[in-house]
This record gives sequence, structure tokens and C-alpha cells, in this order.
Amino acid sequence: MTQSIFSWLDERLGLTAIYNTVLDRKVPKVNWWFTLGSASLFLGLLQGITGMLLSVYYVPTPDHAYDSITFIMNGVQFGWLIRGLHHWGASLLILTAFIHLLRVFFYGAYKYPREFTWFTGVILLFGALGMGFTGYLLPWNQRSYWATTVGTEIAGTVPVVGDFILRVLRGGTDLSAVTLSRFFSLHIWIFPAVIIATVITHLYLVIRLGISNIPDKDS
Amino acid sequence: MGSKYRSPTIDRRSFVKIVTALLGSMMAAVVGLPVIQYFISPALKKDVSDDWISLGPLENYPLDIPTPFHFTLTRVNGWERSSQSYGAFVLRRPSEEIVVFSDVCTHLSCRVSWDPENEEFLCPCHAASFDKFGGVTSGPPPKPLNRYEIKLEENQLFIHFREG
Repeated sequence: MTQSIFSWLDERLGLTAIYNTVLDRKVPKVNWWFTLGSASLFLGLLQGITGMLLSVYYVPTPDHAYDSITFIMNGVQFGWLIRGLHHWGASLLILTAFIHLLRVFFYGAYKYPREFTWFTGVILLFGALGMGFTGYLLPWNQRSYWATTVGTEIAGTVPVVGDFILRVLRGGTDLSAVTLSRFFSLHIWIFPAVIIATVITHLYLVIRLGISNIPDKDS
Repeated sequence: MGSKYRSPTIDRRSFVKIVTALLGSMMAAVVGLPVIQYFISPALKKDVSDDWISLGPLENYPLDIPTPFHFTLTRVNGWERSSQSYGAFVLRRPSEEIVVFSDVCTHLSCRVSWDPENEEFLCPCHAASFDKFGGVTSGPPPKPLNRYEIKLEENQLFIHFREG
């Protein structure tokens, strides 16, 4: 029964072909450092899932943001778990992505024909940092308020256009409800959209080009 | 690897598959099962109101005409403290019997209003009507308008409001 349903679907969707291409592809003999891309992907998915769940209760306005997070932590069962996963997963994702980058760099895996894979990876790194920066403001506590004050102020030190960038980031002169709202929008819509598209490209290239060998002494 | 390390019952590939499936399911369960509680726990929480609400002196209410009275109560829902408004109709019978109805239609909770011309309560949603004593005269409501428990203290009218 299951077998016949599967083969019906397989014939139409090409599931076996997808499985063979994506998961049964040939890889060189590699080591544990090569798992960090998958680890980052897994953490990214976890961030997506826990983030969607947090949005069930979180409200991005100055008068309710902090209270809604207090409610998630104390009023909702397992709210602490969902928020904790999102909080720690964020830091861990930056860590795995960065070590992944170092592995690719030191093994020279960014070289021909994988330059564009590296390029998409850099976009993903900036995407992850952008998620971190925008997400940090959302709890609207003292730490996030002042961190974002300083963070946007740093952006403001850019010569000539600095003040303009600062104002665009804050949505005005001051850190305000407008800032919180746009950071939230960036955090849940704009960055995720860019990141998802780039992850798909990144994975497509990894599958298309295969992964590189660990370089030996001669290379 | 030498054959003495090889299991007679399971090969390496199936073993890895089974372990991956098991670990994967465990991780999915650790996140997945709490999610159910995460979604439904606010629904299970009962925010109970149990108050006597003062409706003012009895003389405020004319005889034999259902008269509306509105009051607000502060309720806490999640992270928000808000005041909800409620309505009631007071009917003072010439026999000094006092009846206080809720203005919530028993069908789907629309608010009813008193039509003095035809002497009936009308629900705007599905054209239901109730008589002066709250009994259903036409339309879909399954039961008469809810009545509040009342008490009189020094000629002040109180209703017993319960919710949750």
C-alpha cells in the first residue's frame, strides 16, 4: 500500500531522483569540519521555526514588546524553551557559519569553480549578522535599546553619508517605535526572504559542483 | 574493518539510517511536543471574574421599561490589560420584582437592543426577538437572555457578574 502510493508519487514527482542527487551524491573522503554547513542549515531552520512560533505572541511596539516577551517567558507553557532555542540558536548559528567559513578558507575550497558559492556564502554571513543585529532590538529592554543606539551610531560614523544611514536605520533622528517596527519587518520578512533565496542558490551550487577534497601537501 | 567487527544482523548503512531516524525523531519530539502546549496553554487559562457590580439607586430605573446599563471591567489577556464593556437591561416590575438581563444574544453573542415601540428585544444579526422578560419569541436563539443574580443594599441595585 505505502509502496504503491510512493511509486505513484515518485513517478510523477521524481522523488528518487531528488534523493539521489541531493543526499546520495558522491563526496570525497572528508572530516568533521565538513559538517558545519549542514549544522548552520539545521540551526537556520530551527531559527525559522522558533521565530515563527515567537511571532504568535510577540508584538513589535514599544508599549507591548517587553510585556509580550515577559508573557512568552512566564505566561505561556514552554515559552522559555522556544525563546531559549531562538536566543542560543542565534549565537550558535553565527559560530557554526563562521567556522564553516574558516574551513572553506583554509582548505582553499572557495577557488575555481566555487567562487560564486563563496560569494553567496558571504551574503549569507551578512544576512545572519543582519538578523542578529535586528533581532537584538526586539526584546526592547535596556540592553537592546542601548545596543541599537550604539550600533546605529556606529553606522552613522561613515563619512559623508553617515548621518543619512543613521536616520534611515532608525527611521528618524531617535530610536523609536519606528525603529522597532522596521527592525521587526527586516527581521521577519526582508532578511529571511534574501537568506532563503541565497541558501537555495548556495545549496544548488554545492550539489551542482560537488564539494572539494581536503587539499594534500602537493596542492 | 575486519569481519570480526561486522554484525551478522545489521549492516553499517541500515544502522546509520536507524540511528539518524531515531535521533531525528527525538529532536523533533523535544521541539514539537512543547509546541502544542505553547499554542494551547493560553486557551486553557481561565481568567475568572466574580464581582458584584453596582447599578446605582433603584429609582434610576423606570417601572416596567427595560432600561440599559453599561459597565466596564478590567480584564488581563496575555500581556494586555484592557477594559471590556458590558451591557445589561434592568426591568423593574410593578410587583417590585427586579430582573436584570445580559444584552448578549444567546445565539452568537451579538448585542440586543430594546425596541420600545414593539416592546421587544431585537438582535440585529439574525433578526431574533425576545419578549420583555427575555424569552425567545422568534429566530434562532436556543435559550432566553441570561439573567444576572441581583441584590439590593440600601436601595442600591447590584448584579453578580461572573465570567470564565
